[in-house]
Amino acid sequence: MTTSPTRKTFLREGAGGRAVHDVGGLDFGPIDRSEHDLALWEKRTDAMLILLASKKNVFKIDAMRRVIEDYGQQEYDRTTYYQKWIRAIRNLIVEQEVVTAAEIEQRMREVAARHRDAGREVEADHIALTGSEPQ
Amino acid sequence: MSAHTVHAMRFSVGDRVKVASRLALGHCRTPWYLRGRSGIVASIQGAYHDPERLAYHKPGLPLQTLYKIRFLQTDLWPAYPGPTDDHLEADIYDDWLESVP
Repeated sequence: MTTSPTRKTFLREGAGGRAVHDVGGLDFGPIDRSEHDLALWEKRTDAMLILLASKKNVFKIDAMRRVIEDYGQQEYDRTTYYQKWIRAIRNLIVEQEVVTAAEIEQRMREVAARHRDAGREVEADHIALTGSEPQ
Repeated sequence: MSAHTVHAMRFSVGDRVKVASRLALGHCRTPWYLRGRSGIVASIQGAYHDPERLAYHKPGLPLQTLYKIRFLQTDLWPAYPGPTDDHLEADIYDDWLESVP
């Protein structure tokens, strides 16, 4: 028996020709104002951006915004704030030839193996370079 | 900023201006909900490297004058429930602004 795939998100009402991030004035319901602690990887992502954009001048913050804004709506809506950052940083250091995609994938495999050996759960596919990892 | 070319300053504080109503090809900092809306120049923020070019690793020249534009909320939202003199300010780069005769 086959079933139709279920849509995860729907086209935004009245979105017209907006870019995916440009949602000012659209109805998304109430804002979640609850505070939450940052994970270590999120703090590291923040630090990496400062190093790459301000100290090393690998790219400008505007380039990071551009990469994030170029995501499709589904990917944009289901990634968190720092997931958007780390994916954009990953894309930009490849784009600017700081590292190659193959080097990142190799390193991800090494880190995943280390975590597995330590008995930790691994979600290695989460930042696969294609950006379209399985659900 | 002194050594770089910069567009001549087109607007002064108090001028009425209109945000261009066009689609952006690539990165841009002008929100959709302000396009085609008119407001008043509240202040001139300075000349900055152009984010639309920096986004693609270009030098961001010529520099763009950045204006703080004041919009009436009732001009932005048809059913705005607050006082009629409530306003919103947004920073808009020179090449997104048109003069209003």
